[in-house]
Amino acid sequence: MINIIKTFINKVLRNLFKKKKNIKLGLYGPPNGGKTTLANRICKDWLGEDMGSVSNIAHETREIQIKEQISIKSKGKELTFNLVDTPGIATKIDYEEFIKAGMKEKQAKQRAKEATKGVIDAIKWLDEMDVVIIVLDATKDPYTQVNITIIGNLQARNIPVLIVANKSDLKKADIKKVQAAYPQYNVIGISAKYGNNIDKFYEGLFAIAG
Amino acid sequence: MVTLQFVPYHEIEDLGSARRVKKLIDIVKENKIVLLQGKLKKEEEADLISIAMEEFGDKFKGIELAVINPSDKNVAGIKKIRNNFFGFLLGDRQGLTVVGPANIVTEIKKDPNKIELLTKEIKNKKKK
Repeated sequence: MINIIKTFINKVLRNLFKKKKNIKLGLYGPPNGGKTTLANRICKDWLGEDMGSVSNIAHETREIQIKEQISIKSKGKELTFNLVDTPGIATKIDYEEFIKAGMKEKQAKQRAKEATKGVIDAIKWLDEMDVVIIVLDATKDPYTQVNITIIGNLQARNIPVLIVANKSDLKKADIKKVQAAYPQYNVIGISAKYGNNIDKFYEGLFAIAG
Repeated sequence: MVTLQFVPYHEIEDLGSARRVKKLIDIVKENKIVLLQGKLKKEEEADLISIAMEEFGDKFKGIELAVINPSDKNVAGIKKIRNNFFGFLLGDRQGLTVVGPANIVTEIKKDPNKIELLTKEIKNKKKK
């Protein structure tokens, strides 16, 4: 309850002292959590097109991708934003993992190099965001240092956060574990791939950005 | 052989953020694991990750990072008040930050009572 009041006060203060402009909505999180899949889901739902390519191999998104002027509607309300899909943030990148996934060495090394630049850009762009969706893989441990660092940085910048526990369609998904790891935030379990619970996601988005 | 270097908080206390991060990265690039008394600010942790990525190369694949913060423990009542009080008094001196080069430290596992560093040497011994 206190957290809801705090978020509301922060939102009011931010809106009082900021000129109205297109909201920058960022998708952040570790690699392979489903950020681009969620970006594609949002873009397909409201624009009828994809935003980026997806892959089972981590670090598929290695550059900041922006889709401008996405308008979403729900229960008589409308929200317009620029959607920013960011590369997954990691503290290390090992090109040998890409080779194990079937890539050739030269290609794997190039991908690793691009991925490091992507991480640097994603961190730089934190300052530009008005609202952030943290996309976590619900089948993995949510309480990793990278997640804590990203969320801590957003807290320090007073940027509203919604946490999405993605891949709820998988058997190993544990939404409650993600909710327990971050009790101070609204955590919504979804499947970005199949659109499960996506309406609740849009409701959550309106709650923090609307 | 794995080398651990303990860095007391007073060695970074008076440094600006950029110099703090540089100091830690320089130690890590010597293939040592840093045990920093206390913790960095969240922005400094992000800078640490960013600079680790800038230093990425054939011999340096990044870092493993773990921050142990006693005030993160899920406690209630008197213990929570006590933790908050000491957190206020000690600020960033509380806790422990572990930073290791990714080519030596394969994983840092945290649980409330301990941290485990899994290093490549240990991993290779297990395979044997």
